Amino acid sequence: MMTEPVIQVSDSDRPRLPRGVRLTHNETQGGWILLAPERVFKADAITAEILKRCTGETTLLEIVDDLASTFAAPRERIHADVVKLLGGLAEKKLLELG
Amino acid sequence: MTKNGPSVPAPLGLLAELTHRCPLGCPYCSNPLALDKRNDELDTATWARVFGEAAALGVLQVHLSGGEPAARRDLPDIVKAARDAALYSNLITSAVGLTPQTLAALAATGLDHVQISIQDSDEASADHIAGYKGASARKRTLAREVVRLGLPLTINMVVHRANIARIETMVELALSLGASRVEIAHVQYYGWALKNRAALMPTRDQVDDAVRTVETLRERHRGQIVIDAVVPDYYARFPKPCVGGWGRRSLNITPAGRVLPCHAAEVIPGLEFWNVREHSLADIWRASPAFMAFRGTDWMQEPCKSCPRREQDFGGCRCQAFMLTGDARATDPVCHLSPEHAIVAQAAAERADEAYDYRCLQSAELSIPIAKEN
Repeated sequence: MMTEPVIQVSDSDRPRLPRGVRLTHNETQGGWILLAPERVFKADAITAEILKRCTGETTLLEIVDDLASTFAAPRERIHADVVKLLGGLAEKKLLELG
Repeated sequence: MTKNGPSVPAPLGLLAELTHRCPLGCPYCSNPLALDKRNDELDTATWARVFGEAAALGVLQVHLSGGEPAARRDLPDIVKAARDAALYSNLITSAVGLTPQTLAALAATGLDHVQISIQDSDEASADHIAGYKGASARKRTLAREVVRLGLPLTINMVVHRANIARIETMVELALSLGASRVEIAHVQYYGWALKNRAALMPTRDQVDDAVRTVETLRERHRGQIVIDAVVPDYYARFPKPCVGGWGRRSLNITPAGRVLPCHAAEVIPGLEFWNVREHSLADIWRASPAFMAFRGTDWMQEPCKSCPRREQDFGGCRCQAFMLTGDARATDPVCHLSPEHAIVAQAAAERADEAYDYRCLQSAELSIPIAKEN
């Protein structure tokens, strides 16, 4: 079944991890982990960099700017990647858009 | 691989059965028929030590379960110990016997998540299944309190013949209570559920309808609520990768401190379980005979031994293989490749509208008031 994104993240949203969702680093389990209700997700280094910035205080646009300058990467692509990742997480109730 | 057997992975999850005491009598309870007694339960300090040992082993999440965990007066201290060990804490509760005051204390201590079981969307049916008049109303009240406190809530619904037609209204109930996640768990036939199998078993058509309903509801409520479904394995083609593989992802500690690879493992005769009172959790995980017994793939027989799926489903469930075939090393007979697969088809066809055999303890064991339906 083709799945269209049901949640669109906008540039002014201030995403944050809700209560019950925590980003943690664990050597034994091999790196960054997103802990969620009865689920555990491995987060790659890029995902972790994005999630670390989801504090509820920074807008999506500011997060993208920060990532673009920190990693000297093309802004357009980062924007598209971040919107896709965060929209998917919000749909799974792993992220709140404020 | 070493000559001592497969390499030992790091566990992710710990199921801490704090007590077997519970005010409800659900006929599908996964607790063993022989329940641990109150005066054998581990004390707070032992749980705290075990949580520290679990975190050092790599465990990330602790599921505080039972029985009803709120039957323990020291539940807030136990949640604090999990927090101190940097574990993600998940409370799995019936909500009966858990007061709003205790819940608020748990939230303040840093509890991460609450799962409440709901037996049915029809309240009379729900109370009948739980064997406890008024349980449904209490559960709804406490569920709202969980959400009011800002804690994430999962509603767990165990599905069987008496409620399988109401999955849609059960999911709507979960939404109306403010849950962010709902688990549709078809009964797994162990412990009390096996005893009540003929009274619980749905028909093939009911199961097919249920699977379709869940798909429709997932699409309808995308972004509103996460719907996780545990498939009814008696009707499956391949077995479930039980506990993600024996001694691979998770461990279970009974109220009295025995460490099991899964909650039903004690049904398998001849397994030697070690106790946290006598061994460190690391020693138990790495070296106890029960964990070594079916870890990896060396123990397998055909058709599992040469099966391309052997690292995917790990031969299915050892307990189920033993309970249905008498051999714990056999292929889980749920698998259509099992030479004993006919047993499962036959069991799935056995239905009887008999009264539930409610899970029960001697009432002297209970510290919470009990008002059983007559």
